[in-house]
Amino acid sequence: MVQLLAADGTRTPHPDMDAALEDSGLATPERLRGYYRDMVMIRAADVEATSLQRQGQLGLWASAFGQEAAQIGAGHASREQDYLVPTYREHGIAWARGIEPWRLLESFRGVSHGGWDPNALRTHPYMIVLGAQAPHAVGYAMGLQRDGVVGTGEPETDTAVLALFGDGASSEGEVAESFTFAASFQAPVVFYTQNNQWAISVPTSVQSRVPLAQRSRGWGIPSVRVDGNDVLAVLGAVRIALDSARAGKGPVFVEALTYRMAAHTTSDDTSRYRLTSEEEEWAEKDPILRLRRHLEQLGEIDEAFIARCDEEAHDLAMQLHHHIHGMEDPDPVGMFTHAYAEPHPIVEAEREQYLEYIAQFEDDDERVAGHVEQKGERA
Amino acid sequence: MSSTNLPIAKAITAGLRDAMAADDKVLLMGEDIGVLGGVFRVTDGLHAEFGSQRVVDTPLAEAGIVGTSVGLAVRGYRPVVEIQFDGFVFPAFNQITTQVAKMHNRTNGAVHMPIVIRIPHGGGIRAIEHHSESPEALFAHTAGLRILAPATAQDAYWMTRQAIECEDPVILFEPKKRYWVKGDVDPDHRPELSPWQADVVRPGTDATLLAWGPSMPLAIESAEAAAEDGIDLEVIDARSLSPIDYPSIIASVKRTGRLLITHEAPVLGGLGGEIAARISEECFYHLEAPVLRVGGYHLPYPPSRMEHAYLPDLDRVLDGVDRLLEH
Repeated sequence: MVQLLAADGTRTPHPDMDAALEDSGLATPERLRGYYRDMVMIRAADVEATSLQRQGQLGLWASAFGQEAAQIGAGHASREQDYLVPTYREHGIAWARGIEPWRLLESFRGVSHGGWDPNALRTHPYMIVLGAQAPHAVGYAMGLQRDGVVGTGEPETDTAVLALFGDGASSEGEVAESFTFAASFQAPVVFYTQNNQWAISVPTSVQSRVPLAQRSRGWGIPSVRVDGNDVLAVLGAVRIALDSARAGKGPVFVEALTYRMAAHTTSDDTSRYRLTSEEEEWAEKDPILRLRRHLEQLGEIDEAFIARCDEEAHDLAMQLHHHIHGMEDPDPVGMFTHAYAEPHPIVEAEREQYLEYIAQFEDDDERVAGHVEQKGERA
Repeated sequence: MSSTNLPIAKAITAGLRDAMAADDKVLLMGEDIGVLGGVFRVTDGLHAEFGSQRVVDTPLAEAGIVGTSVGLAVRGYRPVVEIQFDGFVFPAFNQITTQVAKMHNRTNGAVHMPIVIRIPHGGGIRAIEHHSESPEALFAHTAGLRILAPATAQDAYWMTRQAIECEDPVILFEPKKRYWVKGDVDPDHRPELSPWQADVVRPGTDATLLAWGPSMPLAIESAEAAAEDGIDLEVIDARSLSPIDYPSIIASVKRTGRLLITHEAPVLGGLGGEIAARISEECFYHLEAPVLRVGGYHLPYPPSRMEHAYLPDLDRVLDGVDRLLEH
C-alpha cells in the first residue's frame, strides 16, 4: 500500500509519487492548505446534511465522513477536461469539481433525481444503482477515443474518465463487464474504488478473497493500492493513473483504503454490525487531522488559517441549512416534463388529465387547504 | 421513384448504412456484428465499409454493451446496439430500465439518450430455449423507452432510420421469423405516416384485428380467410408499441364495434390486456363484444416441437373472431 503521509503526519518519500506530485504542481504548500480547507468544508457540509435529515429536511443522507482525502485527492488529481463518474457518496468529488453542496442535497430531499448537466460540469449524475455507472464511464472513454482526444501528447486535450465505485459495488457484474470492455478497447478510464471497509453491514472480506486491487490484474489492468486517508498518496496515484490513461496506455485500477466513519446512511445503525473500538482506531487515522499535522510539521499552517477554515465551514453549513429550509417543493406537474426528449402523446394526455383533476379543487378552499396541509406534513 | 425489393434483414442493413452515412456519430455495437455481419447478417458489409471504430465487435456481455452505449450517448454519439436474441436481453435489463430509460429524466433533460436497441423478436423458427421470446410488454411498461415493431421491409428500413434519428431511446423489435421475406422499400421518400402511428392495412367493417411485428402476416391471412366466410375484418398494424397509437385503434373500434388482439407474447400481463383496458374505457358504448385476445399461454416458451400449439395461428385467430362475432 502506498502511503506518503503517516497518521502522525510524517512524510515518507516515494520516488514515482514524489516525481508525479512535483511535476504536476499539485503538492505545493498552498495547494496542501487548499486541500485542508476543502476537506474541512466538505465535512462541515456533510455533518450539516446529517442534521438536516434529522430535522426532517432530507429523506436520507449518505455521509462521506472519513473519506474526505480519498475524494478531495482524486477530484483534484483530475484535469478540467476529464469526466468523473461518481456513486451517491461522492460529496468531496463533487466539491472538487465545483458542484455546490446544495445541489447534492436536492436528490436526498426529493426535489429532483440529480438535476445537473453532466457535460457542463464534467461529472456524471450520482448513481444509486451500484456499479451501473461503471460501463457508462467506459462508454464515455470509448467516445473520447473516437473524438481523438487520447494520446495526442497535448496536456490540455488528452482526456480520461475517472470511474468511481465502492468495495461493495465491486462485486457487481457490471463492474466486471466494465473491466472487460475497458481492457479490450484500452479505453482511457481509471477505475477508482474507495474501499471504506463496509458495504452497509457486510465487510470487504465477504466481497473479495483477495485485496480488491488484485482483481483487475486478471483483466490485464494494472493496479495500485493506496492509503485513502492520505490525500497526497491519493493525489499522486490517481494523477499517475489518469495521465497514463489519457496518454492512450489503457485503463488503470486504483484502490484507496479508507473508512466510512458514519453509518451507511441516516437509516443505518452501525452498532448492529461493528465495534466502536474499530471506529476509534480509524479516527486516529483521520485524513484531515493527518494533513494538518503534516502542514504543522512543514510550518505551513497556523492557527489563524485553521480558525478561518473552521469559520468558513461554519458559514457554509449555515448557508446550506437556510437554503434547504427555505427550499420550496416543486410543482408536481413538473414530473411530466422530462420523461422523454421528444413529444409523447401518452405522457401529454396524462399530464392534461392530472391538470384537469387538480383544477376541480381550485374553487374548493377546504380541499385545497387539506392538500396543502398534507404536503406540509410530508415535508 | 427508386423502390427496391429487399428482404426485411437487408432493409434494416440499408437503413443502418444510410443512417451511418448521414451522421458520423452513429455507431453500431454488438456481438458478432463486425466481420461476421451478425448472426442474422443484418450488419453484413458494414464493418468493411465503416471500420471497427464504427462497427464494434464487443465482448460477450449485454449489460456492458448497453451500459457503454449510455456513456457514448452522453459523449454525443448515437449508438445502435444489437442484442443477438430476444432471450439474451435480460442481462442488460438493468441498464435498459434503470439507466437508458431514466438518464434524460435524471438530468432534468440535460442529457439525451439517442440509443437504439435492436432485438430479433418472436418465435416460430424451431429454435432452442431463449431464442423465441416476446418481451415487449416488459419494456412498454417502462417509461422513458419507445418501442417500434416493423412488420414490412419498408417499415424495417424507415423505422431503423427514424429510431436512430429519435432523441429518445428506442427498442426496435425485428421480426426474426420474417427476416428473409421480401418487400418493396423506397429509401428516397420519407413516409408520410409517422413511425409512432398505427396503420390500417386492411379496411373492414365487422371487427378490428390488431397485431404487430411477426404477427402481421397471420392477421392479414386471417382477414382473408374470414372474408371467404363473409366476415369483413379491419386489420391494424400497431407499428409503435410505446407509445401505442390509441387514437387510430379507438377510431377503428368505434367503426367496427369489436376488437381482437393477437400477439405471440403471453396474454397474461401482455400488451393486449393494456390495449383492451384502454378500449373498454374509450369505446364502452361502441363495443358489441368484449375485447378478446389470442396469444401465448402463461408458460415458459415451449420446446420448438410444441411451439405451433403455443403460438397464435390461423385457426386460433379465426376461433377468436367467431367468439367475437357471437355477441
